[in-house]
Order: sequence, then C-alpha cells, then structure tokens
Amino acid sequence: MANPRPMGGPGGRNRHGYQKPKNMGKTIKKLMEYLGRSKWLLLLVAVCLVLYSVCTIGGSYLLKPLVNEAIIPGDYTKLAQILALMACVYVAGAGFSFTYTRIMVHVSQKTSFALRRDLFAKMQTLPLSYFDTHTHGELMSRYTNDIETITEIMNNGLASLVSGSLTFVGVVLMMIITSPLLFLVTIFCLGLMFIVVMTVGKRSRYFFAEQQRDIGIVNGYIEEMIEGQKVIKVFNHEAKARQGFARRNEAYRRSATAAQSFAGSIMPAMGNISHINYALTCCTGALLSIYMGLDLGSLVMYLQYVRQVSQPVGMISQQINNVLAAIAGAERIFEVMEVTPEVDEGRTTLVNVRRGPDGTLEETEDRTSHWAWKRPDGTLVPLAGDVRFHDVVFSYVPGKTILHGISLYAKPGQKIAFVGSTGAGKTTITNLINRFYEIESGQITYDGIDVRDISKDSLRRSLGIVLQDTRLFTGTIADNIRYGKLDATDEEVRAAARLANADTFIRHLPKGYDTWITDDGGNLSQGERQLLAIARAAVADPPVLILDEATSSIDTRTEKLIEKGMDSLMQDRTVFVIAHRLSTVRNAKAIMVLEQGEIIERGDHDSLIAQGGRYYQLYTGQAELS
Amino acid sequence: MIKRLWPYTKGYRKWIFTGILCSGSEAVFELLLPLVMAAIVDDFIPVGDTDAIFRYGALMVAMALFSMFLGIAAACLAARAGQGFGANLRQAQYDHIQEYAFRNIEKFSTASLITRLTTDCNTMQMTLMMGMRMLVRAPVMLVSALVLAIGISTRLSQVFLVALPLLAVVILSIILTVAPKFKLLQERTDGLNLVVQENLNAIRVVKSFVRQDFENEKFEGRNTALRSISEQAFGRVVINMPAMMLITYGTIIAVMWYGTPMVQAGELEVGLLTTFFTYITQVLMSLMMVSMIMMMLTRSVACGKRIIEVLDERPDIGDAAADPDARVEDGSIDFDHVWFKYNTASEAWNLEDIDLHIKSGQTVGIIGATGSAKSTLVQLIPRLYEATEGTVRVGGRPVADYTMEHLRDSCAMVLQKNTLFSGTIRENLLWGNEHATEEEIAQACAAACADEFIARLPGGLDMDLGQGGVNVSGGQKQRLCIARAILKRPRVLILDDSTSAVDTATDARIRRAFRTQLPDTTKIIIAQRIISVMDADLILVMDDGRISAMGTHDELMETSEIYRDVYQSQQEGASIDG
Repeated sequence: MANPRPMGGPGGRNRHGYQKPKNMGKTIKKLMEYLGRSKWLLLLVAVCLVLYSVCTIGGSYLLKPLVNEAIIPGDYTKLAQILALMACVYVAGAGFSFTYTRIMVHVSQKTSFALRRDLFAKMQTLPLSYFDTHTHGELMSRYTNDIETITEIMNNGLASLVSGSLTFVGVVLMMIITSPLLFLVTIFCLGLMFIVVMTVGKRSRYFFAEQQRDIGIVNGYIEEMIEGQKVIKVFNHEAKARQGFARRNEAYRRSATAAQSFAGSIMPAMGNISHINYALTCCTGALLSIYMGLDLGSLVMYLQYVRQVSQPVGMISQQINNVLAAIAGAERIFEVMEVTPEVDEGRTTLVNVRRGPDGTLEETEDRTSHWAWKRPDGTLVPLAGDVRFHDVVFSYVPGKTILHGISLYAKPGQKIAFVGSTGAGKTTITNLINRFYEIESGQITYDGIDVRDISKDSLRRSLGIVLQDTRLFTGTIADNIRYGKLDATDEEVRAAARLANADTFIRHLPKGYDTWITDDGGNLSQGERQLLAIARAAVADPPVLILDEATSSIDTRTEKLIEKGMDSLMQDRTVFVIAHRLSTVRNAKAIMVLEQGEIIERGDHDSLIAQGGRYYQLYTGQAELS
Repeated sequence: MIKRLWPYTKGYRKWIFTGILCSGSEAVFELLLPLVMAAIVDDFIPVGDTDAIFRYGALMVAMALFSMFLGIAAACLAARAGQGFGANLRQAQYDHIQEYAFRNIEKFSTASLITRLTTDCNTMQMTLMMGMRMLVRAPVMLVSALVLAIGISTRLSQVFLVALPLLAVVILSIILTVAPKFKLLQERTDGLNLVVQENLNAIRVVKSFVRQDFENEKFEGRNTALRSISEQAFGRVVINMPAMMLITYGTIIAVMWYGTPMVQAGELEVGLLTTFFTYITQVLMSLMMVSMIMMMLTRSVACGKRIIEVLDERPDIGDAAADPDARVEDGSIDFDHVWFKYNTASEAWNLEDIDLHIKSGQTVGIIGATGSAKSTLVQLIPRLYEATEGTVRVGGRPVADYTMEHLRDSCAMVLQKNTLFSGTIRENLLWGNEHATEEEIAQACAAACADEFIARLPGGLDMDLGQGGVNVSGGQKQRLCIARAILKRPRVLILDDSTSAVDTATDARIRRAFRTQLPDTTKIIIAQRIISVMDADLILVMDDGRISAMGTHDELMETSEIYRDVYQSQQEGASIDG
C-alpha cells in the first residue's frame, strides 16, 4: 500500500542525495536505545517471526507426505488428517504474521513519535546560531524525510528482513535435508543471484547517486526560478529560463532513466534466474527420480522450496538499501540531537514579590505586578531594569568581530535608542541583552547581576521584544496576541490591541478577534502584522521592552496614531528602541549612534545636534534638501 | 485525464507500446513454465524418458532466459518512457508557466507551483513506470493464470468462484476503510509539519517569550494525533497480507481435497495438481497487485489533476492584439480613465478612475499609505496586469499594441520584492542586456551607486551571489537590481520602493545620476520618504486607489492635506537608513 509522503515546504524535499551512513555502529546503538523502550514487544515480534517462518517452511514440508502418503495412494483419512494439520499450520502462520506486523506498526509509530517529540524538544533548546547556519529546509527534512524513512523501514522492512533471512536459512536447510544432490543445483543458481545482486546493485547505486544529484539541481532551479518568476517576466527572460530548465531537465531524465533501468532490472533478473533454477532442478530431479529413486513427493516439495528460496534474496537485497537509507536518516537526526544546547547555567530566577508590612520583599505565588530576582542564596533583588554593557566584544562568526568593546548603560525607566546604518550592530546589541548569543568578552549586567547568572527563561520573561520581522502563528488573532501572556483574559487582549491601535483593523476583519490567521498572517499587511506584534508585547507587560524596528512598516501617519499607545506602553519602563525614523527615537533619554560595531556618539537629541557630529549630519541631511 | 496527459508521452510512445508488449509476454512466459514442469513430472518421469526430460529442461531454461530478456527490456523501456514522460510534463508545465501573467502566478501561489513541478511530476512519472509493468502484468497474469487453471481442470477451477469474490471483498473493504484514514493521516502530517515550520520561522519569538513548553505541548498534541491515526491506518493495512495468505492457503487445501479423488480417478496428474497450486497463487497475487495499483492510482489521479490545472490555466495576458513591429518610440505615459481590480468578481475597485498623463523624460514620484495601490498603478504600465476599464498608453499607443517583449524591454521595472539569482553579480546584471559591454555595465553600476561596494567585494563583479543573493546586504541588493534595470536602457524606468534599504545620501546620489545619465527616460519612483520624491516634476498622492492629489512639491504643500501630513510626520525627525 502506498505510504503517503508528507509534502513539506519547498525545503522539505530530499536534497541530500544518496548518503551512506558515516558512523553506523553509533547510530544503530542510539536507535536501539529507542527501540529498547519496546523490548518486550520486540521479543514477542521475534518469537512470532520465528514461528511464522517455521509455519511457512512446515506448510511446504507437509506437501511431501501429502503427495506420497495421501494423494498417490488415495488414502482419504490420511488426506483429511494432513490437510487439517496443514490448515492449522497455515492459520497459525497467518496469525503470527498478523501479530508481528501489527506489533511492528505499534512499535514503529511509538518510536517515530518519540523521535519526533525529542527532536522537537531539542530544537527548542538549540542556540540561535544553529538556526543561522542551518536552513529551515534542512531541519524540516529531518521530520519529513528522515523520520519517515525510519518509520517505513520499521513498518515493513525490518521484520521482512528478519523473516526473509529466517525463511531463507530454513528453506535452505530443508532443501539440504530433502535432497543434498538437488541442492547442488540450487547453490549454483543462488550464487548466480548473489553475483547479479551485487554487480547490478553496485552499478545502480552509482546511477542513483547521479539521479539524486540531478533531481537536486532540477528542484533547486525550479524553486529559485519560480520564486523569481515575476522578475523573469519583467526582464523578458522567459526563453532563457526555458532553455536553462530544459538543459537541467534533460540531464535529470538521462540519469534517472539509467538509475531506474538498473533498479527495475533486478526483479525480472532475479525472478528468471529463479525460473532457471526451477527448470534445472526440475530436470535434475526428474533424472534423480528415474535413476536414483527420488520420490515424487520430495520432488514436488523441493520445487516448492525453489520457489520460496528466491523471494527472500530479492527482498533482502532491496531492503538493505532501505535500511542503509534509514540509518543515514537516523544519523542526521541524532546529529541534531547532539548539538550543544544553549548554555544556561544561570541560577538567579525571576519571582513575583510583595512588599511585606515592614517594607521588605517577600516571594509570593500570586501574580503581583512586582518582580524581583531571586539569587541562588535566596536573597531578593527588586527588578528595576538597569542594563549595563561593559566592554562587550562579540562576533557571530569567530574572527569577524561585530561589536568592538561596547559600553553603555540604561537606567531604570530610560528610553535608549540606537541609530546607525545596516550592519552597524544595533540588532546585535538587543540580541545580547536577552542572550540569544554569547558574548566573547566583557560583561552585561541586569540590575547589577551578570546576565549569565540569570536563568535564560527568567531573563527573557523579564524582557518584551518586538522583532524586526513579525512572525505570527496559525490560530486566531486573539491567540496570537495572547502569545505574550497565555492566560490573558479577553479584556486584556483587547486592551493590548487598543494600546497598539490594532483594535480598529481587527474589528473590521470578518470575524474580529476570532479571525483565523494562516500562512504567517499572509492575508494581513506588514503594517497590520507589526501592530499585532506590538499588542503581543503589550499584553506580556514586561519590565523591559526592546523594540527592533517595530514600526518600520507602519506608515508615518499611522505611526502618529499609535504614538500615544506606544508612549503609555513605554512609560516607566526601560526601553531599547531601534528605528530608522528619527522621529521615533527623538524623545529618547539617550541616543547611541553606532557605526561598524562601535558607539561613535551618545547623548540626547539636543546635545547630539549641538555636537554637530554624525547624528547632526543624518538629521540635517534632510534639512538641507528641504 | 489520460486523454489530457497522453500528448506528453510524445517521443516515448514506441517505448510504451514495446514495453507493454514485453511486460505482457514476460508474464505469459512465466506462467507457461509450470506447465512444462508438469509435463516432465507427469509424462516423462513415470516412463523414464531421459531425452524428453533434457529437451523439456532445455526448453524451460530457454524460456526463462527469454523471459528474463523480456523482463529487463520491459524494465528499461518503462524507465525510459516514465522518465521521458515526466520530463515532458515538467517541461510543458514550466514552459506554460513562463506564459503566465502575474495574476496567474498569484492564483496558484509560488509554493504550490513548485510542488506541482516537483513532487506531482515525480509521482506521475513513477505511475507510468510502475503502471507499464504492474498494470500490464497483473491483468495478464490474472487472465492467463485463470485460463491455464481452467485448462487443467474446469472442475477444480470452481474454487475461484469462492476465493476471488472473497478476496475482492476483503481487499475492497480494507481499501474503503483505510482510504479516509490515509486522508486524515496526510492532513495530520501537514498539521505537524506546520507547527515545525512555524517554530523554525518564529524561533526568536518563541525564545523571547519563553514559550518552549507551550510549543512542546502544542507539538505533543499534533504528534499524538498523528501517531494514533498512523497506527489506525497502518494497523488496518497489515490485515491485507495475512488475509491474502489465509485465502490462498484455504484455496490450496480445498483444491487438494477435491483434487485427490480426481487424481485417483485418473482425471488429473500429480504434476498438474502442483501446477494448479502455482496458478492459484498467481491469480490471487495478481488480484493483490491490482489492489495496490488502485491505491497508487488514486494518489496519482490527484497529482495529475493538479498538473492539468497548471497546463489548462489560460495566461491572463497575451500578444493576440499586438502589432509585432510596434516599438515604444518615447517614454510618454497616459492613463485614460483607468479602472482596475485584481479580482473581477469582487465589487471594490483597486484603482478608480485614474487619469494621468506623463511626458517623456519626466520624473514622477508616487507616495501614499500602505495599501493605497501605488504598486498596482505602476504595474499596469509594463502590462503586468491588464486595466479592467480604460486604456493605458505608452509612447502614444495602447500597451496591448506592443508585443510583451518589446513593451517590457522598453519599460524597466524594479519590483518591490526583488530577486537576484544564484550566479555572479555580472551574470545577474546581464539579465538587463546580455550583450552589455564592460563599459555599459560600469556605467549602470555607477548610476545605481553600486560601483563603490562592488569594488570592495572579493572578486568584484564576478563574486558569486548565492541563492537569492544572500551574500549582499539589503541595500546592496536593491542597488544591484536598479543597475540591472538601467542596463536595459529603457524608455521608462519604474522603481517600486526600490531604495528603502539604501541610506538617504546614496538615495539622493542615485536620483542625481538618473537626472544626468538618463535624461530622456521617464522615471517613476514610488517611495515612502518624501525626500525621495520632492524634487520630481510631478508627484502623485495616492489614497485608497485614487489619485488624491498631484502636482509639484510646492503645489502639494498648498493643496494636499495628506501630503502635508506625511511631510510633517517625517519632518519631526530625519529618516536615516535602518
């Protein structure tokens, strides 16, 4: 039955080509750990498999007495007995077969469930640098291709591999017992089969690698060109695109034809060698029967074995490729699972506090809107929002330093703005406050505590961030706003939306707050999505707020409308703002002008203008033109 | 569907027919073998006719060899035909997509077009390949095995009257109950993948809001649902094999029971009886095979339908009314009371009554809020969309008069969401004009202010951009796109918010270069920043699909409230590169 393959995103297709596992032993060991969780069931599977093979071979074995003792002499009692016995054996065989396949379905689903769960949970702990260096398609393909391959091999492959081997060995044994002489013929043919499998298999692997490479090229071309299709139209590049595609398509056709020809030839080759085997056995058997008194029953039985013995050979050769592919897939999955997760050894946590009657702080389970840092020794430090950078040096890629010794401070309740051109390091600074990345040297403190001593969850919970590009989740508008505070009431959600001036457009949507968002909010404009992101941060009500180009896609008129909301959102909070519109940053307590990873100017608007430096130039660039 | 897709087998039909012939004959040969075997067992062993045994043995080997030849030939032909068909289908789709207008592309969405070109096409070629072998083999096997079985003994063949319907019922009931489960399985797989995809996209959001546990829980829900439906679906599927085994063996036992008296009565020989077993297995196996093919076909039909949709889609805009000799003589642009809507079924207009006349060589600025249809307006000029009512003229003639090639060669446009392709910078620039000289490239780069950073890049013009131009920054990418458009030496140059990531000073230099280097080209500039348009000859203020005001900067400051608003909101702080 065709196993439906999920159609992942564009990156979901297998672009890795044919890959051999690198460290098979280690991967198998890990895979075994997963399978080990069902060891009793697997034991049962093993028992069923053995019994099933015994039944299959036994059923054929009964043919001999059936022909010799019942059919030829016409002994009906014997016939009834043997047939009844055969029926029992067959029913039992079918029963065992059903049992082990059914259990394997359970085991394989359980295992892939666990693999998916662990992989996803692991993914959540990976540092951002991992996502920077690996494409989404690559990670998606762990779920869509690799786990799928493993499930498939467990669903069918593994058991049939074992049962195939068992049947093969059993049948060979029975053949030897039945007629050692005839077995010589069989050995010859089996040897032939092995040679065919090995040589064709080797050639076909080569062509398969070519095919995979070419399909990767074709798919890559399709992806890139279809995504740029509008540019192709604008530049009249259609004919060129056609030619380019035709060339790659043809290369793929050639290599795929070769690969598929080889792959397809194995089965008829094997099948017919088995027929030759059958023919030779038949003749030899006939001669043996005439000259050496081989009974007819044995011959008939032996011929039945000949039919049975070739099946597993073909099957095993096929499954070995699948098993290798599955192990390679498992290896890729375990590679992800072995990536070092985000460093998080901070033990200072964020707790809700209440002022005791004597003015001291005490920890509480209640949701007060007062927070404090709880140090490992139990002392409480009230959360104020005092963030300081001391000589911070940072690079995304070792050797390419982005920030060269940045020092800055934000006192509680201050609004700090960063300006500077792309690549100056504005977003990087905010990425370091919430520890998306680790600094190389220097120190960042938060209310006097080194951020490395604060548990990451607590640190991030204390910071509200509106990121440069808004990401929304499939769900309702309300769900998306509530992402900031999972237990927010409807009223809180609405209040946050009003604050962000999103309430108006939301109420104009067909279903208001219950409008379903799909495809990352593709049906909303960039500006509307940013308003939602602001609402999402507002509902979280964090002590410190980071706005990274939060209003860049909102036109200046709308921005004015939300200004009031933003102001009340920013009131009494430490706020870091990145914006290219100077209007957004003008009222900041301190403006840092960044250039190539260094703060070249700092001060408030007026002092910076008075200074007549870079900020002044930026500001007057417009004044001069107007 | 077959009728619709058949043309794409062109060039491979002879392989299809020969392949089918080979496949069918192979099956027949395979079935004749046991008959020869029966002759040896029944006729020659009892009389000890060694010669005949050798003769028949050699015959069997010859038949097997021949059948092997046929089988391998069938496999190779099927591969050739299947891959050829797939390649044709892919090419046909791809070629047809090249004809698509923007509206057609949007109708399908990029992701879905990609799926149709890749996964769907691969499924179709696989179907033909498998079909040529299995679809031929199974019925041939079924029929010939039945015929041969009846030939051996009509009486014994009556077991099929019971076995066949029984197996058919079992298979059908499994297929029928499993099909909806597989559909659900597919949906839940998609659902699970969606969560993963969204998490990958929004990993920063998840981390900043510390929602790992929440996401894990969400995933756990999807994962559990997927597991349960998979177990149900596959649990049902595995009944197939044992059921098939039971029926086969049941039939064999019945045949022995009824066959023994016949052997006793001399109506049947032992060899033929075992041959009969073989046919039983063949008949039932081929029925199984048919059921598998059916499952495969239901999937293929869905894929085939999606491909046909792409092939049947009629390009929205064509050259039917064009005069092949018409050339754009100058850069004047006229909109004569143009109305436009993206969706003809919708009531609201996206552009309402646009009446606009631009002289050749003018610089025109367009500003307006997001969603005010600025991009829509300019996209009508190179006929990326067709005006619903009214006429758009370029160089004095309606745009439909020109072939699209000539029109778009003369009207260069830098799209808002622009793309660079993998390859070097030079290769990308040559899209504008593949015969451009080194000097022309240098000029274009200078005009777009791209020369300064290109000189600093390793390899300069020959630096590899990587897919989607990932190796350059947003502002650099925009400047390259502008240079690429300038290389066309167009009559009309349209920039749709193409300098948003470029800092103000560079932006100003680019505009200055346009004035001096492209004096005869009509320049249309959509911008967010007023400074980008304020020195234009004509500025349009768009509001909700209408031209709310037009004039020079000074005029608009007098007459347009929106313009004044925007101007003032930007005056409070200069805008610098973000």
